[in-house]
Amino acid sequence: MAILEVKNLVKSYVSQNGQTQNVVDVPHFSLGSGEQIALQGESGSGKTTFLNLIAGILQADSGEIIIDGEDISTLSEPKRDSLRAKKIGYVFQTFNLLQGFSALENVILGMAFGNGADRKYAENLLEKVGLANRKDYKPRQLSVGQQQRVAVARALANHPKIVLADEPTGNLDHRRAFESLELIREICLENETALLLVSHDKEILSKFEKVKNLANINQAVTFYE
Amino acid sequence: MNELLLIVRRSLRQHALSTIVTMLGIALASGLVMSVFMIQKQSFQAFTGGDVGFDAVLGARGSQLQLVLNTIFHLETSNGNIPYSLYEEIAKNPQVELAIPYAVGDNYQGFRIVGTSDDIFTKFEYRKGQKFQVEDSGKFFNPKEKEAVIGKFVAQRTGLKVGDIFQPYHGLIFDEDKKHDDDYKVVGVLQTTNSPSDRVVWIPIEGIYRMKGHILRGTGENYKAQEGEEIPQEVKEVSAVMLKLKSLQAGMSLEQTINKQGKVATLAFPIGRTMAELFDKIGWLNRVLELVAYLVVVVAAFSILASIYNSINERRREFAILRALGAKRITVFSVIILESTIIAFFGTLLGFIVYFIILLFTASIVQAETGVVLDIFKFDSMLIYTSLLMISVGALAGVIPAFKAYQTDVSENLTPVS
Repeated sequence: MAILEVKNLVKSYVSQNGQTQNVVDVPHFSLGSGEQIALQGESGSGKTTFLNLIAGILQADSGEIIIDGEDISTLSEPKRDSLRAKKIGYVFQTFNLLQGFSALENVILGMAFGNGADRKYAENLLEKVGLANRKDYKPRQLSVGQQQRVAVARALANHPKIVLADEPTGNLDHRRAFESLELIREICLENETALLLVSHDKEILSKFEKVKNLANINQAVTFYE
Repeated sequence: MNELLLIVRRSLRQHALSTIVTMLGIALASGLVMSVFMIQKQSFQAFTGGDVGFDAVLGARGSQLQLVLNTIFHLETSNGNIPYSLYEEIAKNPQVELAIPYAVGDNYQGFRIVGTSDDIFTKFEYRKGQKFQVEDSGKFFNPKEKEAVIGKFVAQRTGLKVGDIFQPYHGLIFDEDKKHDDDYKVVGVLQTTNSPSDRVVWIPIEGIYRMKGHILRGTGENYKAQEGEEIPQEVKEVSAVMLKLKSLQAGMSLEQTINKQGKVATLAFPIGRTMAELFDKIGWLNRVLELVAYLVVVVAAFSILASIYNSINERRREFAILRALGAKRITVFSVIILESTIIAFFGTLLGFIVYFIILLFTASIVQAETGVVLDIFKFDSMLIYTSLLMISVGALAGVIPAFKAYQTDVSENLTPVS
């Protein structure tokens, strides 16, 4: 059963010369419950826009994005926010940790807007990613790899149905990138959470059983940046 | 709610300096507003509604306000003198419960010397049920002796104590070249009354008449008292007669007789209404003070607005991340409103310290200048209303920055689009 189904999804921007340009034009895409798919996408291929549309951060021009049976393209912004808070985990390339907050607080805030904060669970997640003894550290006091692990813990904090990962290993060296990837995949498997990861790194992509090329999915004219 | 508080707490800590400066601004503003209103209110109550022990004052023809200021609050100059016979006449009036003569015109180091009868100690109640009491080892003066009883404030300021000898100075303003030769002995120090009487040096009225250099003009001709010689009643004068009346109607009746039909004297009655006229006259000053206080509130509100508004740009990424985690726009909006409200709340709490400092300072000046005591710990519902007003203004000041935060575009402020 698909936890995510995208149909005829279109998103366009008005370029600087006033022309409307499609960035995302995806006739169909689906992700099964607990499934892990890697999307290969080069820079400028619209992958972040695609993920932001799925996350409900951006509003589509047309089409359907059905998450866990609910079409988010028809939802109002507050309802999309609510759905994101409850069903979607997002790991960003630059981690996007809140700098003024400790690792634990970052994870707690990852669940706070959905089903509510659960300090114990947040601590368990940090323990799982090997940061039990760093829970009170601020992001700037952590290494890049540790920050990435906090971001993973935060993405999983709200018991999401889907984790979206946008170049999650882009800022790590190879050894750490693989470790981190394994961590994400393992935790998603444990929690039966679907994973949609986009990357342009062929070595990262090679670790996935299912790899799709975004260029084959997205019919829009890309490389708009 | 806990999460909102966590976000607000972290933000306030991250911008600790501007938070503290803004809170201090609010503290000054709220302290100032509370002080202005409380000083106005308490001064008005103390000068117009306080129990001064007398119902009316009889004095020379002239301003009732001047008469009250001169005799009740021991400020201002005297209207002039009235014949002693008027005192005797009104003292016998059946509508009058108590009449006490005052003769003023001298000072000791700037503190009024009031010549009076010993009724001031034996019959007068400066507050209902409370008569003057001397401190240990003291006594009230003997009307026939050159003795003085001094108020507590006078004792504290001048250092005079029981047994000390001093010479009065002529006039109501201290001029060291105008010292009288008469020696007066302090026989008692009054216990604190928290009234203008604390600033008075009481001596027998006979002492004023016999003070070397004083001239009595009760008959229209100059008379100088000679030692060992009885002073004729007809030459005696008093500056005022302090009256305790049997009823309110008695005052109205006396006012009619003395002020409207008579031409020789003035009756200040009721005292509270007379003093209220003073506050009417300086009402514009109160309004200016109120206006200044309100302007300070507006400035404080703008300081909250500016402080938070300036931080919004650097916090856009934080808001975008929170939104990406599922926070609604209204949540981000609420964070900012909560932040400004908390700044205003703690600023207002600090404002009570400012309020107490201002009131303590003002109360000591008012007491030193008038003897009137302001109760700095007196509770008034106005303090609550002012606090709520300040907190509301603070919350309101957060609306514009909150709206700016509300408009934060998530995708633009997260990571670069690829």
